[in-house]
Amino acid sequence: MHIIQQLLFILVLGVAAFLLFKRIQFIKKGIKLGKPLDRTDNSSARWRSMLLVAFGQKKMFKNPLPALLHLFVYVGFVVINIEVFEFIIDGVAGTHRIFAPFLGSFYTVLLSFFEFLSVSVFVACAIFLIRRNIIRVPRFHKPEMKTWPTLDANLILIFEILLTSAILLMNASDQALQAKGAEHYTHTGKLFFSSFLVPLFQNSQVSTLIVLERFFWWFHILGILGFAVYVTYSKHLHIFMAFPNTYFANLNPMGEMANMDSVTNEVKLMLGLPLEGDASAPPAEVGRFGAKDVNDLTWKSLMDSFTCTECGRCTAECPANQTGKKLSPRAIMMATRDRVEDVLKGEKGLEDGKSLLGDYISKEEINACTSCNACVEACPVLIDPLSIILELRRYISMEESGSPAAWNAMFQNIETNFAPWKFAPTDRFNWAEDLKKI
Amino acid sequence: MSTYNIPTMAEMAAKGESPEILFWVGCAGSFDDRYKSVTKAFVKILNKVGVSFAVLGQEESCTGDPARRAGNEFLFQMQAMSNIQVFEGYNVKKIVTACPHCFNTLKNEYPALGGNYEVIHHSTFLQQLIDEGKVKPADGQAFKGQKITYHDSCYLGRANNVYEAPRRVLEALDTELVEMKRCKTNGLCCGAGGAQMFKDSEPGTKEINVERTEEALETGAKIIASACPFCLTMLSDGVKAKEKEEEVKVYDLAELIAQAEDL
Repeated sequence: MHIIQQLLFILVLGVAAFLLFKRIQFIKKGIKLGKPLDRTDNSSARWRSMLLVAFGQKKMFKNPLPALLHLFVYVGFVVINIEVFEFIIDGVAGTHRIFAPFLGSFYTVLLSFFEFLSVSVFVACAIFLIRRNIIRVPRFHKPEMKTWPTLDANLILIFEILLTSAILLMNASDQALQAKGAEHYTHTGKLFFSSFLVPLFQNSQVSTLIVLERFFWWFHILGILGFAVYVTYSKHLHIFMAFPNTYFANLNPMGEMANMDSVTNEVKLMLGLPLEGDASAPPAEVGRFGAKDVNDLTWKSLMDSFTCTECGRCTAECPANQTGKKLSPRAIMMATRDRVEDVLKGEKGLEDGKSLLGDYISKEEINACTSCNACVEACPVLIDPLSIILELRRYISMEESGSPAAWNAMFQNIETNFAPWKFAPTDRFNWAEDLKKI
Repeated sequence: MSTYNIPTMAEMAAKGESPEILFWVGCAGSFDDRYKSVTKAFVKILNKVGVSFAVLGQEESCTGDPARRAGNEFLFQMQAMSNIQVFEGYNVKKIVTACPHCFNTLKNEYPALGGNYEVIHHSTFLQQLIDEGKVKPADGQAFKGQKITYHDSCYLGRANNVYEAPRRVLEALDTELVEMKRCKTNGLCCGAGGAQMFKDSEPGTKEINVERTEEALETGAKIIASACPFCLTMLSDGVKAKEKEEEVKVYDLAELIAQAEDL
C-alpha cells in the first residue's frame, strides 16, 4: 500500500515538474520576443526596489485594507509552503510527519502558526470573493474583465480556500487518529486551530479516518502542485514575476521617454552634425520606428505583461478611463500578453497577418492617453503601461503618418513656426513689449 | 511705474556678458494671451530680486515635447538638437522655466542628445528665493488666511517628484492650503498632457478638466493655484464650464507671488 502511494507521488511530482518546466520555457520564449534593453546597471538600487516593492509590498499599502488582506495571503503562501518540504519528503520516503520527532514541542508551535496563517488566508480570500462578487468593487468589472479573467480570479480564491481547508481538516483527522493510537501517526501535540475540528472526526472508525486523512493529504499536495502549474497559465503569475519585474524596473524619472538612438543618427546626418563612433561603419539595422507588434517592444514591456495580475489599480487611476474613454492601461497589458501567447502558439508566429496595434489595441485607446503616469504610479509591481502606449504612438506617427489630424497640424506648426501653435516666430518676444511699456 | 529689464542672450553676449540663468519662457509663455501674464509676473520677480538672467527672445523654439509625446521622434530630436546648438553657442549652464513640460524635457531628455544643464522649475526657484529671504510675500498680507488649493502638474509631480516646492511657496503667502481629494502622487491629470492639449479628447462621458475642476471646487477654495501653463488653461476652462469664473480664480504661483509683492 505504502509503496504504491510513494510511486504515485513520485509520478505526480514528476508530471508537475515537467508541466511547470515546459510552461516556464514558454514564458521565457515569450519575453525574449522583445527587443534588447539594458537593465543591469545600479544593482543596489534594483535590489532595494525588489525588497521594498515586491518583498515589502510597499506600493500595496497605498490602500491599507486590501493591502492587509493581501499580506495575509502572501505571507500564508510563502510560509505554509515550507510545510510542502515535509510533504515531499514524506511522500517520497513513505514517512509521516518526518520533522515531528526532531522538533518536538516546537513542531506543535510551528504547525499551530501555519494553521493561523491558513485561517487568515481562508478569511482574506473569503473577503476578496465578497469584494469581487457582492460589493462589486468597480475596478473588477471593467469591459476587459470578460469571462476568463473574472473566472480566473474567482477560481484562484476558491482554490486557496479549499487548500487551506484541507490543511485544517487533514490536521484534525490526524489528531483524531493520534488520539485513537493509530500506528504510523506521530504525536503532534494539540494544534491550535484544527483541534476545534477534532470532534467532527472522533466518532469515526480508524480505517475511515485513515482514508479521510489520506484524502486531505493528497488533496492538499495535489492542490499545491496543481496550483503551481495553474498559476503559470493565469494572471496569478505575479507571485513569481513580481520579483524580477521590480528588480528590472525603470529607475529613471517617470517623465523621461527613452531616446531613439536610431533616429538620433539620422537627425545628425540631416543637420550635418558629426556622428558618434565610427562614421564609416555601415549604419546598424534600423528596423521599425516605434512598435506595431510585440517584437517591437522591449523584453521588459513583455515581462510586464506576464507580471500583470489584472488588479486594475492602473485603470481605476487613469483619467481617460475615469471620464469614459476607451483606454484602460490594464487592457493594454492584457492585450500585450494575449498577443505574445498567440504569436507563440500560432503556426505562423508573428506573420499571421495580425499585429498588436490594430488587432489587439486600437488607435482610439492610445490616443486617449495623457501620459500622466498615474497608471505607472498605481501599479504595485512597477509595471509601465505608458511605455507601450508611447511606442505604439511612435509607430503610428513615423511609419504610418497616421496621427490624429490635429497632431499632424501641430507637427507642422513646430516645423514651420517652431511652436505647436500657429504663431509667427518673429512674434515670440512680443510679450516683453507690453512689459517695457508700463 | 518702472520699466523692466528683459535682456536677451544675444544682447548680453554682444556685451561680452553671460547671465547666471537662462529663463526659458516656452511657447505658452510667449504666445498664450492668458499665460503671458505668468511670464511677465516671473520677469517682475526676477527684476525685483536682481537675479542675473536673460531670455532667448526670438531665438527660442519649442523643446519638442508635444511632438515626442505624440510619437514624432524625428521632429522632437530636430528641435532638441537645434536648441542644444543654441545653448552651446551661449554656453548655457543653468535654465529656469515655468513650464513643467519644458522642464521635464530639458532636464531629463536633452542629456541623451548631449545637452547637460542644471534645469530648475520656477516653483523650486521661487521656493529658494523665499528661503533666502529675497522674496517675503507674506509682508503684504494679500492672501492672508485665504483658502487656496494646489493642483499638481503630472510632469512636475509624478514625472519629477516635485511636490513640496509649490506648496512651500503657497504657505509662504500665509494662505490656508487645502488639498484636493486626489493630490501629490495620486493627483488627477488636468487632461492636457501627452499632447492632448493640441487635439480634442477621444469620445467619452466627461472632459477630464471638468472632473478635476469639480474636485478643486469641492475644497471650497476661491483660488486654484497651478504651476503649469496647460493645467492653467484646462482648469480655467473647467471653472468657466462650471460657471464659477466670477468667484473662483486660477493663478500660477508666479502671479500669486507677484500680486503679494505688489509688483
